[in-house]
Amino acid sequence: MMRIVVAMSGGVDSSVAAALLTEQGHDVIGLSMQLYNQRGDETFGNCCTLDDLYDARRVAGAIGIPHYILNFERQFQDTVVSNFVHEYAAGRTPLPCAHCNSDLKFSTLLDRARGLGAEQVATGHYARVEQSACGRWLLRRSADPAKDQSYFLFSLTQPQLARASFPVGDLTKPEVRAQARRLGLKVAEKPDSQEICFVPDGDYASFVARKAPAVARGGTVVDRRGAVLGSHGGVHRFTVGQRKGLGVSGPAPLYVLKIEAESRQVTVGPRDALERTALTASGVNWVALDAPSGWLSVSAQIRHRHRPASGRLRATDDDRAEFTFDEPQTAITPGQAVVFYEGDLVIGGGWID
Amino acid sequence: MQRIYLDHNATTPVHPAVADTMAAALREEFGNPSSVHHFGQRAKAVVDQARSTVAALIGADPSEVVFTSGGTESDNFAIRGTAEARERTGRRRLIASAIEHEAVLNTLKPLATRGWETTLLPVGETGIVSPDDLRAALRDDTTLVSVMHANNEIGTIQPIAELARVARARGALFHTDAVQSAGKIPIDVRTLGVDLLSISAHKFYGPKGVGAIWIRRGLRLLPILTGGKHERNRRAGTENVAGIVGMGTAAEIARARMADEHARVAALRDRLEEGILRAVPGTVVNGARTPRVPNTTNISFDRIEAESLLIALDLDGIAVSTGSACSSGTLEPSHVLKAMGFPPHRTQNSIRFSLGIGNTEADVDRVIAVLPGIVEKLRSLTRTPVRA
Repeated sequence: MMRIVVAMSGGVDSSVAAALLTEQGHDVIGLSMQLYNQRGDETFGNCCTLDDLYDARRVAGAIGIPHYILNFERQFQDTVVSNFVHEYAAGRTPLPCAHCNSDLKFSTLLDRARGLGAEQVATGHYARVEQSACGRWLLRRSADPAKDQSYFLFSLTQPQLARASFPVGDLTKPEVRAQARRLGLKVAEKPDSQEICFVPDGDYASFVARKAPAVARGGTVVDRRGAVLGSHGGVHRFTVGQRKGLGVSGPAPLYVLKIEAESRQVTVGPRDALERTALTASGVNWVALDAPSGWLSVSAQIRHRHRPASGRLRATDDDRAEFTFDEPQTAITPGQAVVFYEGDLVIGGGWID
Repeated sequence: MQRIYLDHNATTPVHPAVADTMAAALREEFGNPSSVHHFGQRAKAVVDQARSTVAALIGADPSEVVFTSGGTESDNFAIRGTAEARERTGRRRLIASAIEHEAVLNTLKPLATRGWETTLLPVGETGIVSPDDLRAALRDDTTLVSVMHANNEIGTIQPIAELARVARARGALFHTDAVQSAGKIPIDVRTLGVDLLSISAHKFYGPKGVGAIWIRRGLRLLPILTGGKHERNRRAGTENVAGIVGMGTAAEIARARMADEHARVAALRDRLEEGILRAVPGTVVNGARTPRVPNTTNISFDRIEAESLLIALDLDGIAVSTGSACSSGTLEPSHVLKAMGFPPHRTQNSIRFSLGIGNTEADVDRVIAVLPGIVEKLRSLTRTPVRA
């Protein structure tokens, strides 16, 4: 038995996590993070709204644990939101959930939890953490492949993983909902959250333009030879591999191939021009092992919904890596994470250059 | 776990004698005070009895006391009732202190958007409003000045008598929010020289959901709740009879015990304050230590997030608070400490301890005993050191 802080979002996963740990006899404290202004003078997305905080409080009350709401508005702005805006402005496609996990939940929130005497921070993530015989902390995919969130957790360091607990990682989503019903939790049938939580209506472009008005300067859309095909309203509106909303048309469908923030130039071309067989990554976090000295045969996942593709991996220096795919991949998108797996084991991951 | 409640400025436990008279009123006095018959007369009688004891607590005439749903409604009524009654006189200027409760500050905001000029008086590090600042802010077209009697976060007592004199000399009305002083220190509306005064029952061991506003005889406000002719046409709605009875009993007890309780609580507060300053390095009291209500101390803890300290203390069974909570229940930087000119970190590292009737020396000593360890632990885990 130990004191554990559960990060409660008001959703079914973290609610079940809190209830299961309580049932196991742990001294559980529920903490919810208020991540942005709730005073109504700015529109935000649909996670961690007042209703969600209310749900979290109600669940905590029902399972009989203390619950507190922490004001992390400033920290969320400084870490997750500013990175999100900065990445789009730089012509990249950010992955805010991964930053939120390593830079907020298992960073600031973990510090707070430690201050309250907690040994661990538990979340409702679908992933598994375990310690190997030699003491290394390992991260594995969830028991539910459709819900697996290990992709968003690759950047947790060994000290962070040592303090992480994912109580629903061994369950499938239907099993989690069944547990919620068994435990009598009112959130058992609550829909899953979608989209990026702080962006209203999934409209990233307007959000970024509001936060960083300078990005909204237009530029040109060109083909691979540099011929101008049209103009656009800002590089933040584009993602590599995007087909819709280009404002230009050709005989065959056109896709975004390259985004150059400096010249504000967006290059488009046919689908087969999106194919690449190699990538490099920076900010690499090695999870299952230290940076390998030679080539490793593993799989790489380059998007949340990407089926991992086999290839060869090597570390180029301490926090950089290169990966060569056996088969060409489409839309390797700068700013997204590449996470390396061996089966369900996370080897490590980094940010696509 | 033996829990220690040190958040009496948020609310107080209902005194057992108050609960008894309320229970009796709920059971026996169900009549509508507006009814002509026997049942109505009985209810009216207990309401008027309570009106007398509440009036006595603040040195007022019972006919000048209007019952409301609490301090927030009283503040709203004082400001909006005055502003709406005088909207056509052309005197469209309002003044308040920057450390008022939200019930005042957020009532001024909508008036500002409809053409009223509002001025907030600064306070220095002492947390006390200066009559000279008021004098400088007053204009011939100032309708109302609102300055709280005692501040809820730091406990400082404002020089109301002098401020009211200054305001009235320029023809302005004066309202004071006495929610945090009523029942703690003697109040006499004539000595204070104000026109309007707000109080709330649950801050002095009465029930929640009932308060009162004192309106100087002859002063006309426009009601903000309209309907029947209750409370002499000043506040429509069937009276909260049991709540009002409870407020009456609470007022009676507060008045009878004030001198003794003031001395007792002040001694406990001073013991706590001195004990913390001595036992925990990097602590300082926010605001002037005198004049202050006897039960309150607000202490800044260097390199601490008040949010974490509050939670850690609660997990140890000690209930304290910081400034105001926002709608979700999270803590926001204190507008009071901000107005006192403290830098951002200082507005987020301060804890309010507010003592009351049930607290003992043993309670205070336990807090002094556990605080150093908790603070040291939190400081050791601070990632980015907050500046001193």
